[in-house]
Amino acid sequence: MIINGVTIDATFAEAFPMKATRAIITAQNEKWAMISAQAMTGFAASVIACGCEGGIERVLDPSETPDGRPGVSIMIFAMGGKGLAKQLETRAGQCVLTSPTSALFAGIDGGIRIPLGKNLRYFGDGFQIAKVISGKRYWRIPVMDGEFLAEATTGQVDAIGGGNFLVLAKSQPQALAACEAAIEEMRKIPNVIMPFPGGVVRSGSKVGSKYKTLNASTNDAFCPTLKGATKTDLSPEIESVMEIVIDGLTKEDIAKAMRVGIQAVCDLGADNGITRISAGNYGGKLGPFHFHLQEIMA
Amino acid sequence: MSALTLTLKYAPDQRVDMSPLVCHLLKDSALADIAALTLQSGKRKLRVDELFTIDGFDTQNIVIKNSVDKLDFIGKELDGGSISVVGDAGAYLGFGLKAGEIKVSGNAGLYAACEMKKGYLEISGNAGDFLGAALPGNKMGMKGGTILVKGNVGERAGDHMRRGNILIEGNAGDYCGSRMTAGTIAVMGQTGRYLGYAMRRGTLLLWNQPQLLASFNDCGAHTLAFLPILFASFKPLNSRFADASLAFNRVRRYAGDMSEMGRGEVLIRLS
Repeated sequence: MIINGVTIDATFAEAFPMKATRAIITAQNEKWAMISAQAMTGFAASVIACGCEGGIERVLDPSETPDGRPGVSIMIFAMGGKGLAKQLETRAGQCVLTSPTSALFAGIDGGIRIPLGKNLRYFGDGFQIAKVISGKRYWRIPVMDGEFLAEATTGQVDAIGGGNFLVLAKSQPQALAACEAAIEEMRKIPNVIMPFPGGVVRSGSKVGSKYKTLNASTNDAFCPTLKGATKTDLSPEIESVMEIVIDGLTKEDIAKAMRVGIQAVCDLGADNGITRISAGNYGGKLGPFHFHLQEIMA
Repeated sequence: MSALTLTLKYAPDQRVDMSPLVCHLLKDSALADIAALTLQSGKRKLRVDELFTIDGFDTQNIVIKNSVDKLDFIGKELDGGSISVVGDAGAYLGFGLKAGEIKVSGNAGLYAACEMKKGYLEISGNAGDFLGAALPGNKMGMKGGTILVKGNVGERAGDHMRRGNILIEGNAGDYCGSRMTAGTIAVMGQTGRYLGYAMRRGTLLLWNQPQLLASFNDCGAHTLAFLPILFASFKPLNSRFADASLAFNRVRRYAGDMSEMGRGEVLIRLS
């Protein structure tokens, strides 16, 4: 398959089941909601070492938030429910509770309930106040700038992590420009996050390593400087490869995000140095969810 | 389906215990069985059809017409369905209400919503003393749900209240929110003396400056984030509480009752 001069490989992205949750951070203005959201989803690029994968889903209009203030919707994904709950609580405590004027609300009403402000309330040292409003419990925790309002719980749902595609280009600036265009379009899709910095990862990994202590290492088949030194997957003109990883609530959400992202890359096309779109997989042995690129773009 | 309508034929001399006439107890009952039920009235037992004419058959929607203030225990421990009272209700209206809704077009007597658990009670007129309170000697009053009173309420509203909302469009009598353990009482009108007497936790949300006990301490003026959410939850109500122009999030906060554990608060609107 070729779109606008870009070859779409006959391969698939391999994704695996995860647990996900969503939270809504509001603040006096969008600037401070975003600062808090960025902190909460910082150092959450990969479960390999971060404990979770997190990202900003989108900016919310005041009319969409529970307290009528500007807000940001964030999502966190982890391999298991326990780890997810721990990450959510730690990050909420350090990055939202501490952030001026912030408030924290559930972003998923159903699912298994996991603590959001439920345990953060103890920071109130006995001065915290619970309010049950329309069946939802909120905690009012006195803090130095006034009160930190946090919903007691949010929902944990089954989700999918590891959707991805690779952008192969003739130069590094062209690969990055294409990925930026893709991310801009993909951020418009609900229920997905691209957890790496700026949504783009330049250090795609393979499973395993020559070093026993590492369970992941550089994807040498896609490293352009190793074209002559390893069993490469790159043709001679390719000078740079970047990857976009997608976590989403459903298979359809990820497929939709991949489609708009790949389309945005293909819109730039061969004229802008884009040669191929490929994807990372482990031979179908690791994850049950397979996103075939050509099917997605059909 | 047409609502089961009970129209009072005459004003009874003695008080009448209406507790058998609730939706969950009448479910799947034939009209003849309902007519044959007996209601305690003083030392007598009256058949339902002796007191009421009976129309309709939907036992999950009960309408009591021509109601007077001698009909006690209307909607006692109601567990789903709705009861609409046209006229006044006696004492213990919605006693131990578990689920469903009760609406009264007139006034209600003593102990309305006493020890209510959940559900919704709306009184278009006034309510007597001990609204949403605990029975004498008991430690837990209202434990959940919402009470809306469009008129005034008597003394001791929310006495020993544990959870839920009491919304009063009119005035509240003395000892409003006394011995509260938690929950919210909102009063648009004036409040009487001894507001929040011995309250432990909970919120008294006021539109007008009250006469405060010396054991309530000024915590200053604040913009509180939970108030817009609280007011938004009132929007479905047929009430002035649903009027966005009357909502506010800027308040003066008083903590008390310091003669008790002092975790309660009186929030007074600041314009």
